[in-house]
Amino acid sequence: MTKAIELIVSLDPEVMQIAGRSLALAASSCAIATLIAIPLGSVIHFNSFRGKRLLVNIIQTLYSVPTVVVGLFVFVFISRAGPLGNLGLLFTPAAIIIGQVLLVLPIMMGLTISALRGVDVTLTDTAISLGANRFQTAALVIKEARFAMLGAVIMGFGRAISEVGLSLMVGGNIRGFTRTLTTAISLETSKGELELSIALGIILLFIALVVSIVLNRLQQR
Amino acid sequence: MHTNISRMKITISTLAVLLLVVGSLGALTACEGAEEATGAPLKAQERLQVATTTSLYDTGLWGYLEPMFEEEYNVELDVLYAGTGKALEWGQRGDVDVITVHSKSRELQFVADGYGVERVPFAYNYFLIVGPEDDPAGIKGLTPEAAFQKLMEDGSASFVSRGDDSGTHSKEKAIWAAAGYDYEDVRNAGTWYVEAGIGMGPTLTMAHELEAYTLTDMGTYLAFKSDLELVPIVDEGGILLNVYSVIAISPESVSSTNIDMANNLIDFLTSEEIQELIGDYGVEEYGMHLFTPCAGNEPG
Repeated sequence: MTKAIELIVSLDPEVMQIAGRSLALAASSCAIATLIAIPLGSVIHFNSFRGKRLLVNIIQTLYSVPTVVVGLFVFVFISRAGPLGNLGLLFTPAAIIIGQVLLVLPIMMGLTISALRGVDVTLTDTAISLGANRFQTAALVIKEARFAMLGAVIMGFGRAISEVGLSLMVGGNIRGFTRTLTTAISLETSKGELELSIALGIILLFIALVVSIVLNRLQQR
Repeated sequence: MHTNISRMKITISTLAVLLLVVGSLGALTACEGAEEATGAPLKAQERLQVATTTSLYDTGLWGYLEPMFEEEYNVELDVLYAGTGKALEWGQRGDVDVITVHSKSRELQFVADGYGVERVPFAYNYFLIVGPEDDPAGIKGLTPEAAFQKLMEDGSASFVSRGDDSGTHSKEKAIWAAAGYDYEDVRNAGTWYVEAGIGMGPTLTMAHELEAYTLTDMGTYLAFKSDLELVPIVDEGGILLNVYSVIAISPESVSSTNIDMANNLIDFLTSEEIQELIGDYGVEEYGMHLFTPCAGNEPG
């Protein structure tokens, strides 16, 4: 344990690079997924259509999709022998981002819908009775739900930065290119380097802590 | 109400922009090549993708050779580690340009099927059967084949198999066949036969925890030895020979493969200078040779 803390305090350049890459990949995936999930989730919530309940059920079922299944799906598409093979995406950071976006989209969409649904109906009724149009009402509901929606973003970030199966499968854990904190932990554990693995795990949790503090601060302004 | 809504809109968009900025800034600084980092499939610097068996990776040999090759040929070498089965699969699909593996019969089949250009052996060492010091099955001093027969007849001492289609697993199956058993019978022989489905290091750890025997390559065993109460039990027998070969993926099988650079890697690995370094690798750390170089020739 002391060795683990030593490794963190010494700010080993390779460890810092891996941590930076993990943060960058998860933040990029989370940002892209946010830009898709929040509008799409809102559209689903504010419109009534046939099969809406089924759609929400499917989205919620996909919360449980294993990371390796997403990895396999992405792999089959971007492998040289796959339909998008000529783009040469396999074993690059882009492949990891694609996979992470697909992985966190259902969670962020589903939680966005839940967040909007949780807003008190009297608010909507009052707004309409005061003469608000559809868009004004929607904007009001979104505003009321913003804390819960931020929860969706943090949840998505958490799943993106903590997943390992997907990054291993489509990123390949290439040193200095696609190695992330989780794939490094997996490799170092299999090599018996337990102290280093623990240190990397602590760094990951620290990043998650900072991200959650920053996002919460931002929202509370 | 109007100002509240617009303020909220600003907050959400600030949030998204901030995430994007952090993401792209981080991506730029975190990766060496900016173009690749942002995710565009631009090949600014030439890259060569080599899939290597875990035993060559976990011993640190690739980490040692990689910078030398990159400097000599001005190329980014992407080293991907996997069991031999997965490495062959990647090669067949064209996801890597060259593979270093250790399973002769499957390599010959891979080349015969037209996926690989040529099988070039470049180093070898020996597998060994390790187990608890008190040798519960009493197999010390036997040949590998006789040791496996005794394990099967005895049926009480545990044996942990890689069970993951790796080169080591192939070798284990070859020894069972040489001992006169059908592998399916071994798998169903009883609870003493444990199929781990994991890499060599974790398999050794499992054998240690279960006080079981296992088949391991020399390099990984030495790297893990200090954490294990497992000692070499059977380490002599021609069948234990473990040859590492390098195979370039055939451009006739995969048109996008980087055959020229793959050939450079083969030349590099079989060059006199690098062969010498491979032979000396690990001597300082482990006090013995991990690999014996054999530039292009079949050993034994």
